[in-house]
Amino acid sequence: MSPHNDSTIISRRNFLRTLGAAGISASILACKRKAGIDTHEISSSASQSSSNAGTGPMTMRENPSSGDRVSILGYGCMRLPETTNASGEKIIDQEQVNHLTDYAIEHGINYFDTSPVYCKGKSEHAMGIALSRHPRNTYYIATKLSNFAPATWPREESIKMYRNSLKELRTDYIDYLLLHAIGQGGMESWNNRYIDNGILDFLIAERSKGKIRNLGFSYHGDIEVFDHLLEMHDKEEVKWDFAQIQLNYLDWHHAKEINPRNTDAEYLYNELHRRGIPAVIMEPLLGGRLATANDHVLEEFKRRRPDDSVAAWAFRFAGTPEGVLTVLSGMTYMEHLKDNIRTYSSLEPCTPDELSMLSNAADYIVKFPTVPCTACQYCMPCPYGLDIPAIFAHYNKCINEGRVPTSSQDPEYATLRRAFLIGYDRAVPRLRQANHCIGCNECVKHCPQSIYIPGEMQKIDAYVEQLKQGTL
Amino acid sequence: MKFIRVILAIIVLSAITLLFLDFSGTAASAWSFLAKWQLIPAILSLNVAVMSGLLIATLLLGRVYCSVICPLGIMQDIVAWISRRIHRRKHYSYSPAISWLRIAMLSIFVILITLGMASIAAFIEPYSEFGRIVTSLIKPLYVDANNILAANEAADSYRFYHVDYHVALPMVIVGATTFLIIAILAWRGGRSYCNTICPAGTILGYLAQYSWLRPMIDHSKCVSCGACARKCKASCIDARHGAIDYTRCVSCMDCLDSCSKHAIIYAPRTSARHHTHDHEGETAPSGNSTDRSRRDFLTVGALLAGSAAISAQEKIFDGGLAPITEKLKPNRRTRITPPGSVSHRNFSSHCTACQLCVTSCPNNVLRPSSDISTFMQPEVSFENGYCRPECNTCSNVCPAGAILPLTREERTTTQTGHAVWLRDACIAATKGVHCGNCARHCPTGAITMVPVDPDKPKGIAIPAVDTERCIGCGACENLCPVRPYSAIYVEGHEVHRSI
Repeated sequence: MSPHNDSTIISRRNFLRTLGAAGISASILACKRKAGIDTHEISSSASQSSSNAGTGPMTMRENPSSGDRVSILGYGCMRLPETTNASGEKIIDQEQVNHLTDYAIEHGINYFDTSPVYCKGKSEHAMGIALSRHPRNTYYIATKLSNFAPATWPREESIKMYRNSLKELRTDYIDYLLLHAIGQGGMESWNNRYIDNGILDFLIAERSKGKIRNLGFSYHGDIEVFDHLLEMHDKEEVKWDFAQIQLNYLDWHHAKEINPRNTDAEYLYNELHRRGIPAVIMEPLLGGRLATANDHVLEEFKRRRPDDSVAAWAFRFAGTPEGVLTVLSGMTYMEHLKDNIRTYSSLEPCTPDELSMLSNAADYIVKFPTVPCTACQYCMPCPYGLDIPAIFAHYNKCINEGRVPTSSQDPEYATLRRAFLIGYDRAVPRLRQANHCIGCNECVKHCPQSIYIPGEMQKIDAYVEQLKQGTL
Repeated sequence: MKFIRVILAIIVLSAITLLFLDFSGTAASAWSFLAKWQLIPAILSLNVAVMSGLLIATLLLGRVYCSVICPLGIMQDIVAWISRRIHRRKHYSYSPAISWLRIAMLSIFVILITLGMASIAAFIEPYSEFGRIVTSLIKPLYVDANNILAANEAADSYRFYHVDYHVALPMVIVGATTFLIIAILAWRGGRSYCNTICPAGTILGYLAQYSWLRPMIDHSKCVSCGACARKCKASCIDARHGAIDYTRCVSCMDCLDSCSKHAIIYAPRTSARHHTHDHEGETAPSGNSTDRSRRDFLTVGALLAGSAAISAQEKIFDGGLAPITEKLKPNRRTRITPPGSVSHRNFSSHCTACQLCVTSCPNNVLRPSSDISTFMQPEVSFENGYCRPECNTCSNVCPAGAILPLTREERTTTQTGHAVWLRDACIAATKGVHCGNCARHCPTGAITMVPVDPDKPKGIAIPAVDTERCIGCGACENLCPVRPYSAIYVEGHEVHRSI
């Protein structure tokens, strides 16, 4: 056996131990099924890899309620590739969709998540075409009852929407049907969309008929609705086979800071997990925000796993909890698809040490977002004499280098504080520093990056004050 | 003995000089006690511990204070030593004490202090004279050297950083004149300043008469060669009569080594087997020249004080940046004294204008006053910075009780003045500009932005000062965008309050 294979086995052993019993059977089966599959393309790019990403089969997870073996990477069909037609309109690039779908299925992805509203309502149709070219039992279709518009609240309209999904997807059953974005509009909307019109009962009936194999919901917004649905599950009014939540290393503890309406992913996941409801993960990259990192975080990432992309860390994080069924990624480009396949073939779950590193990184990212200033100088001269680009440059530099103390308890607090304050005085004369911004908003209209400069100035000033007063 | 004295003196002089030079706060936090050991500041601040310590030391050892603790005394020793290195033949000789001048000077000093005119008394207070010499003559060079290092430092090194330090011309004149007079006196006659003018020298001199340990002449060995008298920088050994004037002896121990017969010993008076005459001669005053130069110096200082408030204006024009007009000092009806100074009265009656607080102030808020009634005493103004809430440096370093120690909490609740808003100058009121920079930076939240139009709560707002909550820190004045005179400024309070 070659050393190369040795290392594969060792990593597989670690990975199996982490995954637990359910994962074991799934992955062994997956392994058998994938034997002989062409992984050449993936592993060649990773031949010098420090990790074992891209050297094994796609990790599979088992859905305890249906026994489905679902690939940890799910294909999100929200941002399908587009092209421009003869009349100049943007249309879905069906050829590319087919190509991506083929490649995905070939590399072990078997979960495709769409909705009647995605891609201006064209996603289901396009996916129907792409998927129907493959045997129906080689993939799972997830779609949603997206009856957001009040016009679709009446029972007939909602049922029409559901039936249309079956038609567009060219199938007579849905593997995973979700009540789309419960929580938006609060309890009132929930009652209007699913209870008062009897649609929930209808869908439960469809499940017993086998038309819906798994019934679940996706959640955004009002936590009351989320808690209510789980209470229904506890009271056995309805059994949820799965639920879809937003989870990534920022949302794990900092959901409120990102969006005050959101709830920490840690809570959401734990609520699902202790009830044995598998979690489908959306927004693992937080709208692309976690696909890039500031220098300080990047350095730490690269030091630990030089060949992994920044996004790979977010995907590994999202796939690490054992109760995660699949992690959705809206892969518009082949490069993203390949990178994600590599990350999950096979998934090396994050170690406790890595999780704590990511948690620190998240604290840092949330507390210190860099200012997207390009130093174009359009805002200058500031009528009050501030050197706006220089202030941002100093601030961003400190953040990117990780030289911004986050608390007075930091082991390097004194050194970092000194460097930040002295560096600030060096970079910007005192009379041109952020505390002289009066918020006249003169600059705002000139900024091509739409930075709300006075707000950023006051934020930086407040931080400098915390450092100076020692109240951080 | 002399060796110990020299070593101690060098250590103390270096430490006190560094105390005045250092701007990083290290020296101030580590050895500002050396300033508190100074006699006159200790008396002014009623520092009983230091006073009794010095009393005991003097009664035990003689005027060692003048030789190893007083920086001005040590400075004179150095000048005198250099002068004796250059003119090898030069030597001291005995001169009778000018007691009337000493008593007169001390009396004037005491009267001025009791009248609360410490700023005038400060002209002859040795420690603060030294402080003024260092801060006006040496510190500018020290800061320049630092700034050159800071400018040439690698980008990622933060060892040196740029510091702003400006000395007004009157202070340079005062510092230079003080130094010249003291140095000339020391060059020519050793400790003549200490033994004719210095109030601390006079006080300690009269105590030292009763000191336990003292240099004594063993008449059985003495051949009256006068070698010791030629070495005595205090001119207090009357070799002809074999007497030592202990009011003037600064216990420098120079005489001990000078005697080839070992006839002078430093020993307890109780063990005095050999009688030494105490000398109390009164001769014609020889302090005329000193007096005249002092008068000259006062005149020059006063003349220049008024005219020289115009300090060099720093003008920075750098291309794409809007020019910034320098802020100018508003015409305050009541001056502001630093937090901890309790009241104007307490401040002016204790402050010896040693400049230690001025040189320690990290925010460029304190500077020596050019006002004639408070000349050289520090004054508070906010053109270059404001009295930051986390800072209590001046209150920690003041040795004279002019600024009493405050904790940071006390500092932020001590009201030294209150802000006054000038409607006609405020850009929010006159030009309808959204500003609120004063309110945003007020550390006590004493400024509220009030909408001009009550129906438009988010419209243009003007500042309203709650004078009861205002502590007079000057953040609003310093950060007001209106230049050169801010649209909000601080009026001082004669008596500070706690809010």
